[in-house]
Amino acid sequence: MIGALGEFFAMGGYAQYVWPAYLIAAAILAVLTGLSLRDLRHQEATLLALRRQRRGAAVDEAQG
Amino acid sequence: MHKYANPNQFLRIANPILPWCAWLAGLAIAAGLYLGLVQAPADYQQGETVRIMYVHVPSAWMALFVYTNMAIASATAIIWRHPLGFLIAKASAPIGACFTFISLATGSLWGKPMWGTWWVWDARLTSVLILFFLYIGYIALVDAFDDPTRGQRAASILALVGAVNVPIIHYSVEWWNTLHQPASVARMDGPAIHSSMLWPLLIMAIGFTALYFALMVVRLRGEIAAMKVRNVRLGQVQA
Repeated sequence: MIGALGEFFAMGGYAQYVWPAYLIAAAILAVLTGLSLRDLRHQEATLLALRRQRRGAAVDEAQG
Repeated sequence: MHKYANPNQFLRIANPILPWCAWLAGLAIAAGLYLGLVQAPADYQQGETVRIMYVHVPSAWMALFVYTNMAIASATAIIWRHPLGFLIAKASAPIGACFTFISLATGSLWGKPMWGTWWVWDARLTSVLILFFLYIGYIALVDAFDDPTRGQRAASILALVGAVNVPIIHYSVEWWNTLHQPASVARMDGPAIHSSMLWPLLIMAIGFTALYFALMVVRLRGEIAAMKVRNVRLGQVQA
């Protein structure tokens, strides 16, 4: 079993080319996904805060 | 048709599709990895390095597919003056740049053991590098102006002019002598590749396409929220 796994990871002697190719792709796509989600959350939170602030200001004006 | 050019209308359709795209992307990429890394045979000439193909080729397809999408979205935005096309193109650009970089990096890692070099300045590799610079140029230009509409117009024109590079990349391996092998799948006489290698390639491509649509919708929602933030702030300044 360990022999078969070791053979799999050895990639016929080309491990230093095959695995970095997959790792680079996985890392880039993971970072892109993370940044895209973070940016969306940040923009939506900013929008919500601005709208609340605006509503608050409108209420102040009406009461003042 | 014009009704869907409104970003909010578009999101009403895109949002329910988003989780399906994300799941499809995850499942197809997992299946593609299993088929490509475990099930598919080693190549009789290239040995195990041929497994790099299952990430390299779908990324290269995506690099061209996303750019073509960007150019079409930019064209519709310029012609009909709808903001949705600009926003789709802007949301797509970083995704396309990432796929292009992956295809360059994995191609380099495949080239070293098979060609004996990380890089050659031949037509295919150079034209894909230019594609990468076009993506970077678009991303830099679209935010380079204080007035966002000016940046959008300038970047859209760049996207359209750069579209000439897409057929050049596709035909570069036929028009010029190169180390790069010619197309094995998108051929007039059908794929010249065994089904045990074709399936992981196609399933991986489906996964990457679904991932592109999912990420594009997420980024588009971010762009639309950013646009609303700008409008609210503009309203505050004017008030």
